[in-house]
Amino acid sequence: MGSSSHLSDAELASARLMPRRRPLTWAAAGILLIVLAEAAYSVVTNPGFGWPVVGEHIFSPQVLAGLVMTLTLTVVSMTLALVLGIVLAVSAASKNPVLSTAAHGYIWIFRAIPLLVQIIFWYNLAALYPKLGIGLPFMPSFVEFDTNSVITAMIAAIVAMSLNEAAYMAEIVRSGLNSVDNGQREASRALGISPLDTFMRIVMPQAMRVIIPPTGNETLSMLKYTSLVSVIALPELLYSTQLIASRTFEVIPMLLVASLWYLIVSTVLMLIQVAIERRLARSVVR
Amino acid sequence: MTNLVQPIRARGIRKSYGSLEVLKGVDLDLAKGEVLCILGPSGSGKSTLLRCLNHLERPDGGMVEFEGCPVGYRLKGDRFHELPEREIQKQRKSMGMVFQRFNLFPHLTARENIMEAPRRVLKVSQAEASARAERLMAQVGLADKLDVYPGALSGGQQQRVAIARALAMDPSVMLFDEPTSALDPELVGEVLDVMRMLADSHAMSMIVVTHEIGFARSVADRVIFMDGGVIVEEGPPDEILVHPQHERTQAFLRRILD
Repeated sequence: MGSSSHLSDAELASARLMPRRRPLTWAAAGILLIVLAEAAYSVVTNPGFGWPVVGEHIFSPQVLAGLVMTLTLTVVSMTLALVLGIVLAVSAASKNPVLSTAAHGYIWIFRAIPLLVQIIFWYNLAALYPKLGIGLPFMPSFVEFDTNSVITAMIAAIVAMSLNEAAYMAEIVRSGLNSVDNGQREASRALGISPLDTFMRIVMPQAMRVIIPPTGNETLSMLKYTSLVSVIALPELLYSTQLIASRTFEVIPMLLVASLWYLIVSTVLMLIQVAIERRLARSVVR
Repeated sequence: MTNLVQPIRARGIRKSYGSLEVLKGVDLDLAKGEVLCILGPSGSGKSTLLRCLNHLERPDGGMVEFEGCPVGYRLKGDRFHELPEREIQKQRKSMGMVFQRFNLFPHLTARENIMEAPRRVLKVSQAEASARAERLMAQVGLADKLDVYPGALSGGQQQRVAIARALAMDPSVMLFDEPTSALDPELVGEVLDVMRMLADSHAMSMIVVTHEIGFARSVADRVIFMDGGVIVEEGPPDEILVHPQHERTQAFLRRILD
């Protein structure tokens, strides 16, 4: 055997194991604590932050109305974008060349034009088409509406944001659909399951695991991009705090009010994402 | 009336991928209750042939008849018009298929995997579908794994669930596409046992693409040897597997039995 060790078999078998020391971890923790304490101290003691003003406005009706507007825009636009994104992704992957080309064209256009431009465009649609009607192509309309009465600032914002976001969601959904092994579709087809059921019950639930994390990203981005609609004078969260700031000149405290709400909503959204991901991971063996 | 008609009749099946001709005009018959094994080297077209039978692949030429009806087409006058996918699904539900890579739905438990198609396609009640799953899982020897996700099952167990899933549709024909090729050697036996039981007890018509010579010898009523996209020879297992006439069959068997 030629053992070079002087330890007995029993000593090796009953060896007392000590975990490796991690001095750098402790050092990093120390430095971080000092920096955080310093920052916290200044945030509390610097009167410029205006915490009393923050407290005064954070639950004010005007700010809360802005918050509700932001949440509504985010939830409605994101939901519409998800639905339209799925339709676009399926169309883009379709064997029908007309459908596929149309979907790719849509994704190309709506990702290329800045969201800000799209918001302003939809809001000013009346400049191009003063009347909107329902009817057959090249025939007089059955019903007509005044464009400005249909496209309110709110509608313009939702249309712009959901159409724009749908183009991004389409790409996310596409990558999700691609992640599902083709054998899954084949097995489903071989069982006689209809194309719609195959998509809804076999492919989509599996694709969701890939779709959810980037969709969480998009939702958080959307939450903050809603502030762009201030250009069409829609009082969402940031704009309503800025309206107050322009009256009271409390710029920093009002930014803090908006940021605190964004922080709270983002945290809730992240927790929702974690819950969804955990639910989808049920079938994964640990 | 379908009892009198032979389950599968295929004539002149051709299929190419680009410039590669995988099937060069293959005829195939399957009688009621017959177990047919298809052997051949990889790339010989046997899996493609199987997938043409239930129209997972659309043949470039020739026609498959399932219980007397053209698969994937409707005959109008003297022309065959391709059916929409929805219509083809109605034909496929009577042809169970088992895949080399199992293809169980990973987000569903074994029970849910088996229930899905009866629920969605046959519109069977929840309770009835669940009872069917329990009965079939017992039949393949996995009564204790009903509510387990596929990821927690061994390859052999997954394949047995896949067989149960196909049987849940009460098919009249079962198509097996190299069902044991992706398995560790010690797990092959349990899957072959289930297939043997099926061949013995159900009077099920079966086509099995396989490399398992022993299984083919003991279970098959007839063996087909394919190579290069054509059927080289066919006949009773003892003839083809023990005294093959064709030199290509002899070479293949020598290689596989070594």
